[in-house]
Amino acid sequence: MTQTRFSPSIPSRPVYSGLVSCGSALSIMVADEAGAAALTDLARSDASVMDKAHLLLIGVSQATVQELSALTPRSLSQSPTVQGAEEIFDALIAHAAIGTLLFCAGSEGLIGQFSARAMRFGLSPDAIQSEHRGSVARRMQCVHCKGITEDVTTDPFICGHCGLTLFVRDHFSRRLGAFQGVCVDAETPGDIPETVEIRP
Amino acid sequence: MTLQFNDETFRGDYTFHNSPHAVRRFPFPFDRDSYMYSVNIEQHPGGAAGTPFEFAFDVDEHYVSEMRDRAITLAEDAQRCQSLPHMELAGWDLLELIMVSKARDYPHWFELTRDGNAWRWINKPMGVDDSFTFLDASTLPYGPLEYITRQAQGDFALLNERDGNLWLDAGMITSQADWSLDFDVGMNFFEWHAPVPKAGKMGVFDKALKFLLAVNQGQSYRRLNWTMTVNPRLDTSPENYHKWGPEKRSITPDNVGQRQFLRVELQTFWRLPRSNALAFPIRCYLASLEDLCTQPKWGRRLHRVLRDIDPDLADYKGFAVNQPTIVDYLSNFDDGAPTSQGIYPDASGA
Amino acid sequence: MSTQLKVTVAEVEALTPLVKRFRFEAADKTPLPVFSGGAHITVSMQDGARLRHNAYSLISDPYDGSGYEIAVRRDDQGRGGSKFMHEQIAVGDTLTISVPANLFQLDLRARKHILIGGGIGITPFVAQLRQLDMIGAPYELHYAAHSRDEAAGLALLPQADNILIHVSQDGTRMDLGRILADQPIGTHVYTCGPETLISAVAAEAAAKGWPASAVHSEAFTAPPPGEPFEVTIGSTGQTVQVGADQTLLEALEEAGVPINWSCRGGACGQCETSVTTCDGDIEHNDHWLSEADRAAARAIMPCMSRFRGDHLVLDL
Repeated sequence: MTQTRFSPSIPSRPVYSGLVSCGSALSIMVADEAGAAALTDLARSDASVMDKAHLLLIGVSQATVQELSALTPRSLSQSPTVQGAEEIFDALIAHAAIGTLLFCAGSEGLIGQFSARAMRFGLSPDAIQSEHRGSVARRMQCVHCKGITEDVTTDPFICGHCGLTLFVRDHFSRRLGAFQGVCVDAETPGDIPETVEIRP
Repeated sequence: MTLQFNDETFRGDYTFHNSPHAVRRFPFPFDRDSYMYSVNIEQHPGGAAGTPFEFAFDVDEHYVSEMRDRAITLAEDAQRCQSLPHMELAGWDLLELIMVSKARDYPHWFELTRDGNAWRWINKPMGVDDSFTFLDASTLPYGPLEYITRQAQGDFALLNERDGNLWLDAGMITSQADWSLDFDVGMNFFEWHAPVPKAGKMGVFDKALKFLLAVNQGQSYRRLNWTMTVNPRLDTSPENYHKWGPEKRSITPDNVGQRQFLRVELQTFWRLPRSNALAFPIRCYLASLEDLCTQPKWGRRLHRVLRDIDPDLADYKGFAVNQPTIVDYLSNFDDGAPTSQGIYPDASGA
Repeated sequence: MSTQLKVTVAEVEALTPLVKRFRFEAADKTPLPVFSGGAHITVSMQDGARLRHNAYSLISDPYDGSGYEIAVRRDDQGRGGSKFMHEQIAVGDTLTISVPANLFQLDLRARKHILIGGGIGITPFVAQLRQLDMIGAPYELHYAAHSRDEAAGLALLPQADNILIHVSQDGTRMDLGRILADQPIGTHVYTCGPETLISAVAAEAAAKGWPASAVHSEAFTAPPPGEPFEVTIGSTGQTVQVGADQTLLEALEEAGVPINWSCRGGACGQCETSVTTCDGDIEHNDHWLSEADRAAARAIMPCMSRFRGDHLVLDL
C-alpha cells in the first residue's frame, strides 16, 4: 500500500504531502496499521529520524509492532483504541519542547484528530507532517447534532447520533479534525440520492 | 426621531414586516441590472440621513424583535457564539466600539458613562442598565463578545491577523447564510470561504484579503452582499437546515410575492485598537418581493438580475429551485424601461 | 493612506546621549486612539522644502490615550529624519502623525513569549510588555546593546526577573543558543533590531527546529540613503528625480504623483508599484516582495527601495 493520491478539492480540504525526514529531530509519530508502513518508509529514507522519535501505534498487529521496534525509536507505545492513544499522546505532547515535530500517518480520521489535538497544546501547523495511507474513510461531524461519526465510507451516510441522512462535504475543520456532514433530504424529506462509495 | 419597535417573529408564524419607511430605506444591493461577484467596497459610515449607511451600527424598527430571536437561537444552541481563548481582548474592543457608537448616534436610546474602567451601560429599548468593569469579564453576565452582540443586530465575526492571513477565531452567528460558526471557527480566510463557488478562481478572495489586511484604525468600510430566503427567517443555519429546508419548497406563484425575501448583508470592516483584530459585522436586512416592487426601479432591476444570473450562483445562493417562479412574478414589474444609476429608489417611487 | 492626527509635543527627554523620548498629546486635548503593543505611528516632518513621514514604534502604555510616546535614536548617517527630530523638535511644537498601525503584533495564542531587542529595536517591546503584564501572559525579554550611550532600554525597561539586559561594553553578551533551547511548544519569539540580530535569531531558531510561524521579526524601518536616481511615470511620461537623502516615495509625493502608503518601512505592501521597464538594478530594501517578485523586476516598494541604472518606468 502506498501514499493515497487525492483529486484536487477546495482550499479547506487538507493536503497530505507525505512524510519527509528532518534528521534526528525530536518527534512524535502517530500511525495506524496502514500508516505504519509510511513510518517504515520514512526510516528507510533516513534512519536517524528514529533517534529522538516517540512512536504511538493505534490498533496495529504484533507483527507491525515488531517491525517498527526494529527501527529502534527512542520509545514505542501502543494502544488498541484511539481513546487510549489520546491519553498517551497528551502526556507526550504536554511537555514537549519547541522544535518537536508531529508525524501522522494513516487514515484521514487519525491525521485530523491528532493534528487537532496537538494544535490545542500549541503546536504550530507547520510542525506537523502527514501521509495518508489505507482506507479513504472519513471522520464526519454532523452539522445538526454535532456528533462525530468515524470511518464513513459512503455518501450519503446515516449520522450515528441523530440518525439524519447526511451528505459528505469536502469542507474540513482542522480544529475538529473532521469533515462536515449536512442533511441530504432537508428540503424534500425522504428524497435520498443513491448511496455511493467515497472516492479519493 | 421617534421610532416604534415592531413586535414580530422570525420563525413559526413569521409576523415580521417592514413599514413603508423601512422599505424605502432598504439597502438594495444592485447598482446595475446584472450581477457578478465584486469587491464593491465603500467607506463606512457615510450616507444620507435615514439610510442604513448613516451610522456605524444601524438600529431600525426590527431591533428588539431581532434580539429576542437571537436569544431563542442561543438558548437552543449555545455554540452559535464562540470565542477562542486569545480573542477575549478583541471582544472588549468590539464592545467598546458598539457602545461608544450607539451612545453617540442614538443618545435617546443608549447611554454610556465611563469613569476609568468603571462603566455603566444603559440600553433603553431592551431595558438594560448594567455597571461593570471594562476588561474584567467576571463583571458581565457573558463574555464581552456575547454580551454586546446580544444587544446588537446582525452577526459578528472577529478575525485575528497572523501569518499574513485572517483567522475566524470568534463570532456571534445566528443569522448566517449556510455556514456554521462551530465548524468554521479557527479557519483562515481561504478555508472559511472554501465552499463559495467561482470566487476563489476569480481571485476575489486574494484581493479581499489584501484589502482587509490593509484596513487601519480610524478607517472602516462596507460592502453589500445578498442571497434569497423563503420566509423572513433569520436562523437559516446549516444546524437547523433540516427544520427550515422544507419551507424552501413551499413557494407557489400565489405566495411568492409575500414569502420570497431578498436577504441583504451589510458587511462592515473595522480594525480594532487593543487586539489589532478585525471586526466583521454582517447585518441582515430582509424585504419581500412584494415590498421591493413598490419601488418601480427595484422591481425592474431585480427581475433582470435574477433572470440573467449565472446558474452556479443561483444554486449557491440557494434559490435555483424557485428561480422560475420568482422571475415570472418579477416580470410583471418590468416594463423594459431603463433604470437609473445607483442603488437608491427613484424619488417618485414612494 | 492612514487617518492623520494633529498633536503637540508635550515632553522631550534625553534618555541617552543618542536617544530622545518625545511625548505627543492631541492638539485639541481629546483622547488619542488606544493601540496594541508593537504598533507604530508615522510622524510628518517639514524639513525645509522636504516633507518626511518617518515611522516610530510607540513606547507608551497602549491603553492610555492621554498621549503617545516614541524614542528616536539619532543617526547622523541616515537621511536626516532622526537628526531633524533631535535638533528641530521642541516642546510646544505641533506635528501631524498617523493613527497607530501594527505590523508586529503579539500572537496572543502563545503559551510563552520571548522578546529579543537590539539597540533602539527595544521600542516596540516597551508597549508589548505592558500588554503582556495586563493579560498575565508568561514572557521573557532579552535586551542587547553595544554601549550604554545607545541603550535607551536601560531607561525604558522596568526591573524584573524576566527582563534581562546584555550590554557588550559591560561584557554581558546575549547567548541565543541558551535563550532558544528547551522552551515549551507554543512559544513564540519576536526580534527587533539590526538585520544581523534578526538573522542570528532566525538561524538559531531554525537550527533548533522552531516552526517558522513561531518566529517573528521587525527590522529597523528607516529607509537607507543612496545615490540620486531618476524614474519615469508611465501614464504621463513625467520624470521624477530622487535625491540622495530622499526616498522614491517622498520624491513621488513631492512631484504630486498620487500613491498609497501606510508603514513607510517596506512591510505593509500599500505602496507596491508595478514596474513596466527596468533597464538597471532595483535595490530592494523592503520586507514585502518575494524573491520571485524581485527576480522578475516587475515591482518596487517606493518607501524603501532605490534604483541604479539607465531607465525605470513605473506603472503609475
